Amino acid sequence: MSQSKPILGASPLRKEGRAKVLGAAKYIDDQSLPGMWHGATVRSSIARGIICSITFAPEIDWEQFAIVRASDIPGENTIVHLTKDHPCLAESQVNHPEEPILLLAHPDKTALLAAVRGVRIEYDELPGVFTIEESEAAVENNDAERIIWPGSDAGGTANCFKQYLMYSGEANETEDGLAAAFEAADFIVEEEYHTGAQEQLYIENNGVIAECNKDALGNVSDVCVRGSMQCPYYVVHALTLIFNLPEEKCRVIQVETGGAFGGKEDFPSVIGSHAALLAMKCGHPVKITYDRAEDMAATTKRHPSRTRHRTAVSKDGKLLGGTIDVAIDGGAYATLSPVVLSRATIHSPGPYKWPHIRVRAKAMATNIPPHGAFRGFGAPQSLFALERHMDKIAKTIGLTPEELRRRNFLGTGDRTATGQLLNEPVDMQHLLTRALQESEYHEKLARFAEENKHSTIKRGVGFASFMHGAGFTGSGERRLNSLVHLDVLEDGRPQILVSSTEFGQGTNTILCQVAAQTLQLPYEDILIAQPDTSVVPNSGPTVASRTAMIVGKLVERASHQILATLREQEDLPEEHTREQFIAAAQSYRAKHGSLRASVRYEPATKIYWDDELYRGDAYPGYAWAVYVAEVAVDLNTYMATVTRFDALQEVGLVMHPVLAKGQIEGGVAQGIGYALYEKCVWKEGRMMNNQMTNYIMPTSADLPPIHVHFEEVPSIHGPGGAKGIGELPMDGPAPAILNAIENATGIAFNTIPLLPEDIFERFTSFTEPAHGGSEDFDPTHLGEFLPEAVA
Amino acid sequence: MNTPIQFTVNGNRQSVDVPPMKRLLDVLREDLHLTGTKEGCGEGECGACAVLLNGELVNSCLVPALQAHGSRLCTIEGVSTEGQLHPIQQCFLERGGAQCGICTPGMILATHHLLDKYPNPTLEQIQEGLAGNLCRCTGYMRIFESVQQAANTISP
Repeated sequence: MSQSKPILGASPLRKEGRAKVLGAAKYIDDQSLPGMWHGATVRSSIARGIICSITFAPEIDWEQFAIVRASDIPGENTIVHLTKDHPCLAESQVNHPEEPILLLAHPDKTALLAAVRGVRIEYDELPGVFTIEESEAAVENNDAERIIWPGSDAGGTANCFKQYLMYSGEANETEDGLAAAFEAADFIVEEEYHTGAQEQLYIENNGVIAECNKDALGNVSDVCVRGSMQCPYYVVHALTLIFNLPEEKCRVIQVETGGAFGGKEDFPSVIGSHAALLAMKCGHPVKITYDRAEDMAATTKRHPSRTRHRTAVSKDGKLLGGTIDVAIDGGAYATLSPVVLSRATIHSPGPYKWPHIRVRAKAMATNIPPHGAFRGFGAPQSLFALERHMDKIAKTIGLTPEELRRRNFLGTGDRTATGQLLNEPVDMQHLLTRALQESEYHEKLARFAEENKHSTIKRGVGFASFMHGAGFTGSGERRLNSLVHLDVLEDGRPQILVSSTEFGQGTNTILCQVAAQTLQLPYEDILIAQPDTSVVPNSGPTVASRTAMIVGKLVERASHQILATLREQEDLPEEHTREQFIAAAQSYRAKHGSLRASVRYEPATKIYWDDELYRGDAYPGYAWAVYVAEVAVDLNTYMATVTRFDALQEVGLVMHPVLAKGQIEGGVAQGIGYALYEKCVWKEGRMMNNQMTNYIMPTSADLPPIHVHFEEVPSIHGPGGAKGIGELPMDGPAPAILNAIENATGIAFNTIPLLPEDIFERFTSFTEPAHGGSEDFDPTHLGEFLPEAVA
Repeated sequence: MNTPIQFTVNGNRQSVDVPPMKRLLDVLREDLHLTGTKEGCGEGECGACAVLLNGELVNSCLVPALQAHGSRLCTIEGVSTEGQLHPIQQCFLERGGAQCGICTPGMILATHHLLDKYPNPTLEQIQEGLAGNLCRCTGYMRIFESVQQAANTISP
């Protein structure tokens, strides 16, 4: 039967949804292997120091345990990302709290707690650095004691994992242009913005089960790791180095994964390697699952950041030139910091025309557990700074936030700060108009100004305009060289083979929709294989908002290839029924044994990118958005609450409206948490609030109605015109909310998270904050109901 | 030292011999192999381990096995009947109430409990009723819709 209604753009049931609502979906902790042991990690109790001695408590029978040290690693002691600075197990020195030193395994999980405590480690402590500023100071002062990271052959220097210098044009010309712009400017607006670390807080903690086989000589012959993860081939790569094995001897299987958000991008290489080493040592399968406290204390978080803007503006509100200095805190090892920094750099100029701009960016080393991937990947940090700064510029020159942005928006045919020509339609003017209408922004602006005069609850509205690039940066997709297979099985049902993983966002569902639409088959007929690297090809990692657009396009091309084969060789008509397809596929298989299409990534248009100069086509496609927040600040409790949120975005074709709305709403909720709730409290590099009890994420009672609006402008880069949406909703909420809070209170807060105690401090003291806002405290703005403390 | 404990789980009488302070969560998952009940935080914050104990919603990570002796328990495995989805499950499936799925069993039991108490709940009652169950994926909006649709299906 030929489909009458398109399945792309409809909302079929989530592929694995039935198992999930039945509680039948098997996550890693629901699984067990015969003879399986349990593993645990002995971690550093200090931030930085030399390991002097390791002793084992005599009251424990250590014969019962498998113990793995760095010296047991058969290959290289490294968790490879971009450089090899990150050890799998600390050998002689530790560089952050919770750094893994030893691994233990035992048949009984309950025996491990006492055993971990029974390993006594003595250290010779070294001074640590815990902030971007301390790390910079060590470099500036040539303080050898506090140079905590030596540099690397991948471009890192002392205490600095990576630096970028990005110009809007040729370097000398841009510098000259900037000098002239600041000379000619009617206003020069400067400010500094800060963002904190954020925990991914997937509800399922990290976990894996590993198996290891040995040959007759007792050497490791192959390993297998199954677990909760985003990128099975990243784990394969890590295992090849740890065990000195070829890729085909390192098998990795992703099982049902209970949330990830970037937190299971790079970290599974660590826990996966650990479990595999224990399996090697004890000769049994080994499971490691972290409890919440360990997961929060020891695994990656979003990079804290500091961004400084200096902008030359004309009195009619044109951006003449700007300099942006971005610094992120990478933690103790480089891990993914250089690529997070790259996305922060490229997104920092936002959706605006800059005649001249210079962005300097750096990722600094600190003695904190390495920060890593989290939805948005650098963009939320630099877009927070930019969109707060645009409101500051507007206020300084006397324009509305709306008008200032309208005078500087990028449009179709313009070039971005990296020189990328926007040849697909971009209409930020329309997006802004519609977002302000949908949210009744102007009406509220007027109404709240009036109502606030007579209330201790100050209400306000604010917005942020932004974009998010989909896919790997620059030449990244070409380097990934992703491969997708599409098989037609014996019963005539197509099966998609990709390493792209499902962890709630809807990978399984949308890829099956693409195949169903292209093959003209019912959605229910399409299968997708479990990501098992012994079966599926490397279609790249499931990150960077790339799955729908990049991998989806490959599935579309593979489907076309299957159809072309069957039309050519089996006379399948252009318009076919399900039965005709199955008959043609089975006839082909009878002759050839199998029916498979394999396609590799090819850019839809010529993509030019210069990695040295940071110039060219940064991303294949961008999603564009305007988000509007409405807030209430209670001057009795100093609590800021979001009371309504409108999220408007242009994301190309919306492949699955229910899933797409869910993605946006979930991202907005995380963004609200980032702005107003979620604070990592650090003490000498250690997270002190590593519990859900005192690290507060929004509950169902905390969130406002979130209204999601889409504009659909099909893009040539994705299947059916789709673009990536996964990370976009993380970028806009924080600046929109703090803009709204400034609208409500007249006070510029430039640091997130912004908790009631931070608001209280600003309201009850007339001193300048340590960093951030420069606006003078203005009691008249607050009307007659000043809180008692300042009245 | 182990203690014999008897209870009814999803309509079946069960006996286990476990340490009296063993968490009900672990008894369900390890001794009865009912792995639909999930552990998220182990300290009663996230609700992933929620089950119904004598009709009340409890976090099974905070309930010692002994306390469940003689009780009537309902876990996610007991919500559907003979493979037929309960209307709450069907609505979560249709309206996008489940994304990664790890909070879903607890969320569905919390909804069950909520709709027993308020067959036609207001949005505030839903927000309040589910406030003990954390979801990091959805931002809760699809869950609210799922609950409202389930209420309309069960008590039109």
